[in-house]
Amino acid sequence: MKNFLNPYLGSFFLCSALILIGILSGDPYLMTVLTFAGLNALSALSLSLLMGLAGQISLGHNGFYGLGAYLSAIFFLHLKIPVILSILLSAGIASLFSIFLAIPALRLKGHYLAVATLAFGEIVYLLLNEWGPGGPSGFGNIPRISLGSFVLSSSQAYLILIWSLFFIFFVFSLNLSKSTYGKTLKALHNSEIALKTLGINLFTLKLKIFALSAFITALSGALYAHYVTFLSPATFSVFYSILILMMVMIGGLHNLWGAILGALFITFLPEILRVFKEYDILIYGTILTLGLLFFRKGLVYPFERLIYGSYSGSKKSQ
Amino acid sequence: MEIFLQFFLSGVTVGAIYALIALGFNIVYNTTSILNLAQGEFVVLGGLFMWLFFQKMELPYYISFFLTLLTAGIFAFLMERLTIKPLLKTGDPLLLILITIAFSILLKGLLMFIFGKDPYGYPPLLEGMPILLGGAVIQKQVLVILAFILLTMIFLYFFFNKTILGKAMKACAFDQVAAQLMGINISRMVMLSFVLSGIFAALAGILITPITFMEYDRGAILTIKAFTASILGGLGSIWGAIAGGFILGIAENLVAGYIHSGLKDAISLVLLLIMLLLKPAGLFQKEEEVRLKKL
Amino acid sequence: MFSIRFLTFLIFLVVAFLSGNSFAKEPIKIGAILSITGPASFIGEPEKNTILMLAEEINKKGGINGRPLQVIIEDSKSEETQAVLSARKLIEKDKVVAIIGPSTTGESMAVIPIVTQAKIPMVSLAAGTGITQPVKERYWIFKTAQYDRSAVEAIYQYLKKKGIKKVGILSITTGFGDQGRKALLELAPQYGIKIVADERYKPKDSDMTVQLLKAKSAGAEAIINWSVGPEQIIVVKNWASLKLGIPLFQSHGWGSKKNLQLAGPSAEGVIAPLGRIVVWEKVSDKHPQKPVLKKYYQAYYQRYKSEPGTFGGHAHDAFMMVVGALKKVGPDPAKIRDYIENKIKNWPGVTGIFNMSPNDHCGLDASSFEMVIVKNGDWEILK
Repeated sequence: MKNFLNPYLGSFFLCSALILIGILSGDPYLMTVLTFAGLNALSALSLSLLMGLAGQISLGHNGFYGLGAYLSAIFFLHLKIPVILSILLSAGIASLFSIFLAIPALRLKGHYLAVATLAFGEIVYLLLNEWGPGGPSGFGNIPRISLGSFVLSSSQAYLILIWSLFFIFFVFSLNLSKSTYGKTLKALHNSEIALKTLGINLFTLKLKIFALSAFITALSGALYAHYVTFLSPATFSVFYSILILMMVMIGGLHNLWGAILGALFITFLPEILRVFKEYDILIYGTILTLGLLFFRKGLVYPFERLIYGSYSGSKKSQ
Repeated sequence: MEIFLQFFLSGVTVGAIYALIALGFNIVYNTTSILNLAQGEFVVLGGLFMWLFFQKMELPYYISFFLTLLTAGIFAFLMERLTIKPLLKTGDPLLLILITIAFSILLKGLLMFIFGKDPYGYPPLLEGMPILLGGAVIQKQVLVILAFILLTMIFLYFFFNKTILGKAMKACAFDQVAAQLMGINISRMVMLSFVLSGIFAALAGILITPITFMEYDRGAILTIKAFTASILGGLGSIWGAIAGGFILGIAENLVAGYIHSGLKDAISLVLLLIMLLLKPAGLFQKEEEVRLKKL
Repeated sequence: MFSIRFLTFLIFLVVAFLSGNSFAKEPIKIGAILSITGPASFIGEPEKNTILMLAEEINKKGGINGRPLQVIIEDSKSEETQAVLSARKLIEKDKVVAIIGPSTTGESMAVIPIVTQAKIPMVSLAAGTGITQPVKERYWIFKTAQYDRSAVEAIYQYLKKKGIKKVGILSITTGFGDQGRKALLELAPQYGIKIVADERYKPKDSDMTVQLLKAKSAGAEAIINWSVGPEQIIVVKNWASLKLGIPLFQSHGWGSKKNLQLAGPSAEGVIAPLGRIVVWEKVSDKHPQKPVLKKYYQAYYQRYKSEPGTFGGHAHDAFMMVVGALKKVGPDPAKIRDYIENKIKNWPGVTGIFNMSPNDHCGLDASSFEMVIVKNGDWEILK
């Protein structure tokens, strides 16, 4: 029983369970939903690192998601770079753009940082409309992921790939949050001035976490591009940022597990609400509102209570 | 010159719309330091209910007008009591902002449920052909909006600076504990600010619908524009909201006119970013003032 | 003895009748992916209404060859991701034999790889050229909306006749506006037309005066605007209030009486290429489309108290093609595909007269449009 409390084993079991459920069901629809949930979980994880750990808000992650997707597709289609390389390259380049968030973050906090990041995401979105291949109507014929002559084409393959990647980044993030760097970031959350007096370079500190967060989101975007094989700017509007923000908040901001729970919940909710046809938006809004009202510490909190016992023993980061 | 004037006047039209919405946006912020991201949905609510009363039920303009404001007030009251009040004690600004987003989705769904997805419109307060101004034209309704902005400003100025109630509301934003010690009922002040801002949002909706038409999903974009304008002018400042709105509207139209219409929003956002880096408190606010309000 | 034999025979008959009937009760399932909510909801809404109405009608008349028809409609929320999910659900979970939709070009493009892999015929309701071309790669894909090019050709033919050579174009930055813009730019040289201004605006923008004025001052002799929804009415109002003195053309998305009501007197003189459903009362009785138009319009209006418009017509044609195929060849996806490709000839639909072939999976051309001007708050066909 104790082993399940270990977050490494726990996340391994959860990711494997999701993959197994998908494959054993043999239902490509369920697998597709689970795959999208995995992509969203990656983005939510990146935002959870940024917000939960370092206390920096971002409403501009749609920009990284879009950059990752567009760059990877363009690298392949125009420069003929192999897909796997183009995915990594695009995530890398997109993360360079995080400097546009890190600079404002040096001077701005709270609402002001929110609007600065929002502006960044919106600019990327507008430029994709203006200069992206195909303009607002988008473009297709993006190839699926391949290694040599082996092409990943089945739903199963993508499900396994994406949740495995999520597992890797989740473990990485867990380690990160326990490292000295992670603890410094937590301090950033609580008191910037204290860090300054300790002689820590706030700019590189912030730049690093923004770059990491951007990298993960861009990776998720690149995978999206090669999974759906069609891109149009509409997917990358500010509503995507709000969506993953909602996942992180509903899941629980103070714990990385919140990202995975939030992503699963928010991805599956509209699918379940399909029976309500077009009025699902009304029910969706109601459930979100109630969720925020009654699960203030996120969906992850009841689990924490279950595992760690009383409130006082919970792993509250602040 | 004639062309510049027309670009400018069109900018004033768009800017007046942004400014009017940004005004209401700042009432809640001024009292509670909460960003109400459901503001745009209340603008939509104003436009759609005005259509319902005025066009569908054929009530006289003024009765429809007040009924619409009343409806918006009730919705804002319910929103505050049901969603904001229970979370106010947590003091978590992020949670409070997010609950307004969640509520905005709910309200949007509700408006779609009632009105469907068609755009609606009705005749402006002042009918007839647009006014000619040195070779350029401006719609009469824009003048109505400008007049209302002026009235709202005067009202808000006197309300926040000259009345006990207004001063009490303002005190809440500066220091809630101190305000409470002075015997101010914080909860009531927060409720009042939401109702007031809901009413002003609906007023904006009533006035802009004859120009832009209104449909259930216009809210989000209006919120974003009002938010941007408020930050540009300085969050929490009534003057700043109005100036920010006009600057944003005029900048957008001049970019569209002289650079490229496809880039108008992108360039105005770049301007906003530069401004934020140089002077984060906004164009019309002193940094110290903002710091006092717990940035 | 005789009576017992007769009785057995009778019982046999009754059982056969009953069982035959109940065996046939298994419904035939087809799917529809429509943008019922989201920015393209103005397209998805009449399409949904049309399909619901027609399916009900078919089932009231006893279904298809004795089997009821079940249409499973999915809302794609005007998003590609949701369209992909909907397509997967329809194919894998509901096991539909054909798919109608999606409503927009972007969503259709996103769904094409999935239906192609699953070998399910799809009749898209969107206009983009890329949906059915190149035909070789679009073996399973058809569409019932005219190409954007056809609408552009109709406008350009008219301009050529009137001797107008310089035009300014305005378009909205959505898939609909963007495809119109591309077709406008591409086809202009063939008609000796010069595009002097190429202006854009965003969805939910509140004033387009600047774009109009820039086009006029660049020397445009006419303006063509490509958008749908409230933005196109704002363009009309701005155009009227500026008194530009040059004609304004709208896309085929202009054809709704609601637009005329909202725009009021500002709309006087606006010209657009419209499907015949919009002006069905003024179409000559001898026209082969007339009976279809009349029946569809009246049924829709009676039930929903609103006009079906161009977009509802696309859904009507797609639905009737699939139903026609089902009646003739049964619920076999490959046979449905073959039927639509080879048997839809001189087929009068709401949108136009279709001529499908292995080289053309749309089967419509510019002749499916009429040039229509707004006069005294009503449509009038230009000769």
